[in-house]
Amino acid sequence: MAQTPRPVFRNIHVSQIVAYRLPPAGIVSILHRISGALMFVLMPFIIWLFDTSLTSEVSYERFTSAFTVGIGFVPGVLVKLVVLALIWAYLHHFIAGVRHLWMDMTHSVSKAQGHSSAIVTLGASVVLTVLLGARLFGLY
Amino acid sequence: MSINYGSKRIVVGAHYGMRDWLSQRVTAALMALFTLVVLVQVLLPGPMGYDKWAGIFAAQWMKVLTFVVIVSLLWHAWVGVRDIWMDYVKPVGLRLVLQVGTLVWLVGCAGWALQVLWRL
Repeated sequence: MAQTPRPVFRNIHVSQIVAYRLPPAGIVSILHRISGALMFVLMPFIIWLFDTSLTSEVSYERFTSAFTVGIGFVPGVLVKLVVLALIWAYLHHFIAGVRHLWMDMTHSVSKAQGHSSAIVTLGASVVLTVLLGARLFGLY
Repeated sequence: MSINYGSKRIVVGAHYGMRDWLSQRVTAALMALFTLVVLVQVLLPGPMGYDKWAGIFAAQWMKVLTFVVIVSLLWHAWVGVRDIWMDYVKPVGLRLVLQVGTLVWLVGCAGWALQVLWRL
């Protein structure tokens, strides 16, 4: 008896990732992971910022000049770009985390709620990043 | 919490992973609170400069809060990064190396941050 072959679902291979269209909640989820990993990798840089900004007035000068004239061979604009990436990572991770807490506390786990809260998360993190980024680059 | 070791270790059912789930949320809430506390103090009137910035972290209660947040960050990042390794890295030996490296990285970073905090 000829049976129609049943569909088989296997784990996604790395090469197939780009072909998958993620829903907004999926985009928030993977960006939550990427932003966390980014902050983990750049943690020494974050602590260096913490260190130079706090230790003394001399080091504070070094901290502020890192953004304008740069530090060592690294130009100031690159420092600003890395800090901008960190600002986005922090905001996205923060808002996506609050979304998690909100879902836990209010049991807001329907498909529609997941969809709308994901769009709010993406929108809020991008808007706040643009606002703080404009400030960082001296646009206002 | 259920027994998490020995022959009576429970590997299925509710509450397995409860500790990681809860610690991830408690540490996140502490860091979010810290963010707001720093933000409010930064936005208080007065020109931004070394005195204001260092003054924020010089208060004893702020040092204690920052200490708690550094430990929270260490724990939070450990749970998160360990999840990444568990999801994507299958060979046990490589995973162990990456996990040990993660711990060294995180403990080193936390130590440096505490050193900065305590000499203020």
